[in-house]
Amino acid sequence: MSSEVRVVRWSRVSLAFAASTCGLLVALAFVPYVFGPGTTEKLTELFVLIILAAMWNALAGYGGLVSVGQQAFIGIGAYAVIVLTDHGINGYLAVVLAGLFAGLVSLPTSLLVFRLRGGQFAIGMWVVAEVFRLLVTNDASLGGGTGRALTSLDVYAPADRQAYTYWVALAVMAVLILAGFVLLRSRVGAALQAVRDDEVAARSVGVPVARAKRIVFAFAAAGCGAAGAITMINTLSVTPDSIFGVQWTAYMIFMVLLGGLGTFEGPVLGALVLFGIQQEFQDAASWYLVGLGAVAIGVTLVLPRGVWGAVVDRFGLRLVPVGYTLRGLLAHTSGAPGHERPEPSMTTT
Amino acid sequence: MTWVNAVIQGILLGGLYALFACGLSLMFGVMRIINLAHGDLALLGTFMVMVASQHLGLSPFAALVIVLPGAAAVGYVLQLGILQRSLRGGELAPLLATFGLSVVIGNLLLEIFSADTHSLSAGALTTASWHISSQLSIPALGVLIFAVAVLVLGGLQLFLSRTSLGRAMRATADDPGTAELVGINSRRVYATASAIAIASAALAGMFFGMRSSFDPTLGPAQLIFAFEAVVIGGLGSLWATLVGGVILGVAQTVGAQIDPSWSILSGHILFLAVLAFRSGGIFTAREVRV
Repeated sequence: MSSEVRVVRWSRVSLAFAASTCGLLVALAFVPYVFGPGTTEKLTELFVLIILAAMWNALAGYGGLVSVGQQAFIGIGAYAVIVLTDHGINGYLAVVLAGLFAGLVSLPTSLLVFRLRGGQFAIGMWVVAEVFRLLVTNDASLGGGTGRALTSLDVYAPADRQAYTYWVALAVMAVLILAGFVLLRSRVGAALQAVRDDEVAARSVGVPVARAKRIVFAFAAAGCGAAGAITMINTLSVTPDSIFGVQWTAYMIFMVLLGGLGTFEGPVLGALVLFGIQQEFQDAASWYLVGLGAVAIGVTLVLPRGVWGAVVDRFGLRLVPVGYTLRGLLAHTSGAPGHERPEPSMTTT
Repeated sequence: MTWVNAVIQGILLGGLYALFACGLSLMFGVMRIINLAHGDLALLGTFMVMVASQHLGLSPFAALVIVLPGAAAVGYVLQLGILQRSLRGGELAPLLATFGLSVVIGNLLLEIFSADTHSLSAGALTTASWHISSQLSIPALGVLIFAVAVLVLGGLQLFLSRTSLGRAMRATADDPGTAELVGINSRRVYATASAIAIASAALAGMFFGMRSSFDPTLGPAQLIFAFEAVVIGGLGSLWATLVGGVILGVAQTVGAQIDPSWSILSGHILFLAVLAFRSGGIFTAREVRV
């Protein structure tokens, strides 16, 4: 009987999806040749949203770390671009370095905030974001409270600059999504899901809890830093109140919850929805935030695994093979309602 | 003398932070929920007092007669309608739901009352103070807020330790399942705790509005100060929260004395320092449960 049972990661659907994703990325790379700077600027905003959603999901959906202060790293990434270009480093190279710098800053930060758990960690991160906002606001060389404009990219013609920015954003997004995929499929990913489901149990079987959390925290910080850096080169100016603003967390929570916390595909779906909403309602700024908050409450209460989680539970459809599927004796391990993703444990029977 | 003055102003400010913090502390102690909407709910209280006193011609203190029961009702319904349900979704769900609520309330206030600054007049109390010397004066409003904070925290402590409902609350906090077995209705206990917490937040909100001008974006800041007061003091005891609030208030006013732009920042830095060196708060040794 056991020979009937196979553990599979890649299904035909997920292979087809991976192939079409690669095709889509190639097609997206040609967008600047076909459409104008208006389109590429908007799409760059979308890529930023997708990165942020994926990072917050890695943190909360896999690491169990709900942070309402990721804007700390978004802001650090944006301001790192300014500082680096002030020192003569190319603006596009600075995007990558800014992301890495944000990841580096997250390591000492984690030493402090990891002393807090659950909701205390969430607000603790908010304090961290406020500290960085106030430090930047008090620093006259960074423009103080009025912010700074990025001038070093003026060496490029505006149309070229927008195209380069778009390509950098597309590449950074693709690399981060791929890195997230690899990370969550790795032993660290399995450890994180064990920690999320039951930290004490995970610790008792020797899962390196603190290390796994620190890795995903640094990864999410680097990703948010890169997203902030891309925002900087896309908008070319920044104020501390907006780049360190808590509305970023509202966006991230909305995208991830609506799409599906702890699903790989859901947050991308949530980012597309938020992007669509922003194009429609951006003028009515506070009403639209009221709507985002209300949807976040509603989804938490009614649809805790979001839209994509509901699709997975109902149809067993899985486009990105982060988990494992058991084929043979049982059609899917995820049949039962409310079941978590198939446990990535090949050692159990 | 300016330094003594800064310390005194900080102590009085700490009373306000402790008043903000006691509701947050109570909800965490009883339900293990960190209510991320606490600051915005407090600010909602500020605006409700303002509306009541403007439209009914009442003083802010008289408006409390309407606003406090209203805030308690909001807390009761909030627990039964949203938080109770979210508690079933695991430990992350209440955080996400209350963050959503914070965004909703903050932006509704912004939409209704605009981003303009508003103020609440406490009448003669606003400017009354005892002048000790040219550089040292003690504001009557600050003393009143501090006294109310001590009364509320002390009353809450007595309520939890001496009354049957308070005992039920502590029992439910320890183990809701076992509390149910001995006939405690945990849903009602939770809802009552939430009602008390939101009413105390509204009271703090009124004093906040009297003390300084306010606008709809200030809710999250009050949440952060309340949270810092709780962590600096150490979780578990309401008196520790008062001390935590005072330490935070003094850090802010003394920081402002050094450089005005360092006021809030020095409070945050003190909080991070406590986290680094005494992560259990100042009073770690004593295990006092709320």
